[in-house]
Amino acid sequence: MKKIATALSVMLIAATPFAAQATPDDDLKAFRSYYTNKFPDVPVNDFVNGVYSIDAASREQWEAFEEFPSYEIAIENGEEKFNKKFANGKGYADCFPNYKKGIKQNYPYFDTDSGQVVTMESAINKCRTDNGEKALGWKKGEITEIGAYLASLSRGQTINVKVPNDAKAMAAYNRGKKHFYAKRGQLNMSCADCHYYYSGSKIRADILSPALGHPSGFPVYRNKWAGMGTLHRRYGGCNKQVRAKPFKAQSDEYKALEYFHTYMSNGLEVNGPSQRK
Amino acid sequence: MAKSSIKVRAKVKSGEAKVKCLISHPMETGLRKDKKTGKFIPAHFIQEVVCEHGGKTVMNAQWGGTISKNPFLSFAFTDAKAGDTIKVSWVDNTGKSDSTEAKMK
Repeated sequence: MKKIATALSVMLIAATPFAAQATPDDDLKAFRSYYTNKFPDVPVNDFVNGVYSIDAASREQWEAFEEFPSYEIAIENGEEKFNKKFANGKGYADCFPNYKKGIKQNYPYFDTDSGQVVTMESAINKCRTDNGEKALGWKKGEITEIGAYLASLSRGQTINVKVPNDAKAMAAYNRGKKHFYAKRGQLNMSCADCHYYYSGSKIRADILSPALGHPSGFPVYRNKWAGMGTLHRRYGGCNKQVRAKPFKAQSDEYKALEYFHTYMSNGLEVNGPSQRK
Repeated sequence: MAKSSIKVRAKVKSGEAKVKCLISHPMETGLRKDKKTGKFIPAHFIQEVVCEHGGKTVMNAQWGGTISKNPFLSFAFTDAKAGDTIKVSWVDNTGKSDSTEAKMK
């Protein structure tokens, strides 16, 4: 009997990858309807404002910040640095010809030639190294200023991340999805525990934000950091908070997570850079 | 001309001006250590912020190393008209200073 049960479970495990393989589109619909059912009063596009979309008191404070936001300095510095030419006479504008129309909404995308997820940060640094410049640090500083400038030009565009029909793209998407739902760290918590199942609940004095719309506001000026940071800087912080060892910024793991995470926010507006507490 | 380190936005409503300033400044306390060398990072913070309106000082703040990096300052004063100019300036502990003028809306 036991043997049969083991055999059955082995079969089940072997069968699940095919049976439970929901398409990204199905995932998105389920993900979206979970939040719209949970917070029926919040207009879908308002989820880009994170926790401020669901809590009136925090929203009031945040709106006061947004009147004269701290990220404005970053946008200005970013514009200056973006327009400065590299030593070889080329500039960022040569790498991002459509930057004025807004490009943030298309990142991260899957590059079928290299089989890699390309994030905006990795594209910025690739642009630098291709032109003989040194790569920037991934988490804060200049890369967030340039990111802030590019994001500010993309405001109001709708996030449009595609998962092409490619085995590697699906693998990256599923890796990100797995990271989102898998428990990790000493506290044995997943991203989904806080930002999906318990979004809107209190965690000590803070309210957990819904994962829907998270990526639209990055890079962010975070009051806790007293500075700008990229999405991957925040991922690292999140992982540390559940006492897991964070992955490196722009590692394949976080790129995959960003890919899944941003895909879930497809159709929402870009409103980066933004201010968070 | 170098860019000013102070950004000012001021609005007047029935005689009362509400001023908001954002200053870019490292605001080093002098108590932080450089992680690589182990040496203290020298103190570098704003000591005084002054706002003048029509030749009169309307706000004077004495600051120290406890104020955050890139400080945000907001205050209000009365007897203001839309279109008036205000001057905001700061002096830090190394003797450096900066000032900017802004028209109130």
